[in-house]
Amino acid sequence: MTTVTTTPTSGEAEAVIIRRAQPWWQLLWRDKFACVAAVWLTVLAFCLIIGPELLGDTATQLNLRARNAAPGFDNGPMWILGGDPLGRSLLARLIVGARNTISVALTAVFIAMTVGGTLGMVAGYVGKWVSHVIMRLADVVQSFPSLLLAVIVLYMLEPRVGNLIIVLATTRTPIYLRVTRAEVLEIRERVFVDASRALGSGRFHILRNHIAPIVAPTLLTIMTVDFASVMLSESGLSFLGIGIQPPAITWGLMVAQGRNYLAQAWWLAFFPGLMIMFATLSANILSSWLRLATDPVQRWRLETHKKEEDDK
Amino acid sequence: MADKPLLEVRDLKVEFRTGREIVKAVNGANFTANPGKTLAILGESGSGKSVSAQTIMRLLQIPPGAITGGTAMFHGVDILKMPMDEWRQMSGKKMAMVFQDALASLNPVFTVGWQIAETFRIHGECSRSEAFDRAGALLERVGIPAARDRVKDFPHQFSGGMRQRVMIAMAVALKPDLLIADEPTTALDVTVQAQIMDLIKDISKESGMSVILITHDLGVVVDVADTVAVMYAGRVVEGGNVIDVLKQPAHPYTLALLRSAPQAREKGERLQPIFGSPPDLANLPTGCSFHPRCAFATDICRRQAPPIKSVAEGRISECHHAETVHHEPVHA
Repeated sequence: MTTVTTTPTSGEAEAVIIRRAQPWWQLLWRDKFACVAAVWLTVLAFCLIIGPELLGDTATQLNLRARNAAPGFDNGPMWILGGDPLGRSLLARLIVGARNTISVALTAVFIAMTVGGTLGMVAGYVGKWVSHVIMRLADVVQSFPSLLLAVIVLYMLEPRVGNLIIVLATTRTPIYLRVTRAEVLEIRERVFVDASRALGSGRFHILRNHIAPIVAPTLLTIMTVDFASVMLSESGLSFLGIGIQPPAITWGLMVAQGRNYLAQAWWLAFFPGLMIMFATLSANILSSWLRLATDPVQRWRLETHKKEEDDK
Repeated sequence: MADKPLLEVRDLKVEFRTGREIVKAVNGANFTANPGKTLAILGESGSGKSVSAQTIMRLLQIPPGAITGGTAMFHGVDILKMPMDEWRQMSGKKMAMVFQDALASLNPVFTVGWQIAETFRIHGECSRSEAFDRAGALLERVGIPAARDRVKDFPHQFSGGMRQRVMIAMAVALKPDLLIADEPTTALDVTVQAQIMDLIKDISKESGMSVILITHDLGVVVDVADTVAVMYAGRVVEGGNVIDVLKQPAHPYTLALLRSAPQAREKGERLQPIFGSPPDLANLPTGCSFHPRCAFATDICRRQAPPIKSVAEGRISECHHAETVHHEPVHA
């Protein structure tokens, strides 16, 4: 850590001020990986918003000539990635499927993070007793096989999108809870928390203003990693017929359905799998960039990156 | 001093309960801070000075810590028994604290301006923009160059001395009556130390703020304090006016401290270290806790805890042989 720092003379201080004024898009532009990731996520967001309206018909349009068609230009531009067993355009289905896939995964992860994060902060900061109750509840959820839990819940309730999200979020919550609690236990011992208490701040103020901002980047990172596993869990449930119900499409469902044809038509499972991978990878890269860009102590790494390259 | 004391700590006892033993960090400490004056609490590591300060600021972790006795009267109320909600209204406003490690005491993810403004916001003093303005003014007051621009800087962009200035700005933001400074200059180099001490002295003079300065540095004590309380093994063993105490100490520990301090007076002069090590706070020696290391120790010291003796006007010493020590020259 920076324990040795020199007193900046006024000139240096000004230089620092000028550098700080650099807007975030310039920082993003400098980091090419993060830039590509951001572009890809923008494209996905675009698909998510207008995909079904734009290509909804194409995605369900049967074309028996293109049944299990291999990727190529033979069947027109929409079949460039091939066709599924009913001859529907794989590309259109991928674009249309983005909405369900991403919204389910994102909502589930977001709920898990919010609930887990809040409970974790309470467990870490409030008394022993409350902490014990919360942690044992987390143990119960975690010790139960998540797939089994999902099967039971979705079998008893209707397999609707809302229920699916709740089940996925519940099984993910303990991860956020544990990480948050562990971080809070460490951060609450730091001197600045004491310093804030000495200024007369209450528990809620400290949790919100001093602890939450430091835990947040860690949660964001877990969230992006979790994003992929939630998509895959969702596909598993869809495969069992208790997730997203078929005429609706998700990438996970496409992977699951394509598995039967893996030997004859690999592209059925490959392209949706690729979409899941790229979406997760982009989210990961962008989140680690975001982590650096929002951390005042680390931000200079992004700022000096280019200069070092110029020097070479 | 006929003034009514601002803070009067009587017989403060603090323990830490660990698995097997009870560590008695503070064993009945008495000290008094007078309005507008500076009290230095002097002592080596583990003498209970920081724990006393934390206890008064209600920052002590309970458990493992436990306040087992004593009172701390501040503005006529015992702050140790005050409900936490009430105390929160007071802390920061009436009593504030500066910590040893300024980098650790500042939140790394917020600008210093935000953190100073936080003080105002906690106590609902003023609006967000006004708080920020006042933060800038405070930074200027504590002597940070280009203060108005630097409010937007983060703690790691400041030097050690500057950070401690920021901490002081935060602590004095609401013009407290009492500032507790827990070794504010220990992590800094000597020239910066002097500047920081001067700053604290100036602010205290300007606003009539009392200061409790916790330190192990004799030089700092002479420089800024009005009265001093010397702590050893969780007790205040000697107290009184700074000049008197350091000129004619009446407790062997104070005497030994003075003799062991390096002073460039004569070439080749040898230091006289205090032999032995500080006592194990879980198993204090019987009688006077300093007797194993004391040159004056006699039989009675091993058997009986010494009474508090008044050796002169406003001077106390906890030693069976206080009068003898009092007449001992500091430099033999």
